[in-house]
Amino acid sequence: MSVNYDVTETLDVKGESCPMPVVKTKSAVDDVPEGGVLEVVATDKGSMSDINGWAAGTSGVELLEQVEDGDVFRHYVEKTA
Amino acid sequence: MSTEPSSTGESAQPSAAELQARVEELEETVADLEADAEQQKMTIVATQGTFDMAYPPLILASTAAAFGWDVVVFHTFWGLDILHEEKSENLQLSAVGNPSMPMPNALAALPGMDRLATRMMESRIDDNGTATIKELIDLSLDQGVELQACQMTIELMEYDEDDFYDDVTVGVGAATALQHMAESDIQLLV
Repeated sequence: MSVNYDVTETLDVKGESCPMPVVKTKSAVDDVPEGGVLEVVATDKGSMSDINGWAAGTSGVELLEQVEDGDVFRHYVEKTA
Repeated sequence: MSTEPSSTGESAQPSAAELQARVEELEETVADLEADAEQQKMTIVATQGTFDMAYPPLILASTAAAFGWDVVVFHTFWGLDILHEEKSENLQLSAVGNPSMPMPNALAALPGMDRLATRMMESRIDDNGTATIKELIDLSLDQGVELQACQMTIELMEYDEDDFYDDVTVGVGAATALQHMAESDIQLLV
């Protein structure tokens, strides 16, 4: 599965567990300009469900895709507003 | 009956300008109400001061803040120790009466066992990449979570207001907590 997004910024939260991936994603997305895409790289298995839930409950962001890549989970979040 | 259209009869009808002002006022009220309805709120009451019980309120509070919610954690009784600069660094896991501890209560009650259990947990937390209590407090405050320390229990425990982390809100009581709870979508007692 190849993912081709024009990534504005990458956040590395490998090795960190709940609630850090979500909390750091929120902080990082605040600094992304509108229309930009944040890539979050995590190893927390809960991040697949958590970042999905966070994006669904947060205005101004859209979860484009989540990719499981071995032990690593990649999340692509667009800042829409 | 008066033969002339009286001026009083006309003034009973609001003028166009008055109606316009009233409409604007109501539009403002509706906008405020809509903004309030969109802003989710959560209140957590933290009453426990053991190592393990410090985590759930802080994890939920910092995550809710990441959702953009308005979050208050009201700390009372032993929950105050989580915000107490010195005590917060030394919160203990209780080995006695903890069914998850791999030891019988008679052994768990021996001196030093709480310390041992806490060390074990701290080391696991480190290995797992789980945040420390201090990190979660800083994170929560950074994200705008209001951490409140109950004034009555500060005095009851003979703590000083300066004993708490900077940016912790002191001088608040049950009425303040209730006010936020009444407006909250989620209220939790931990």
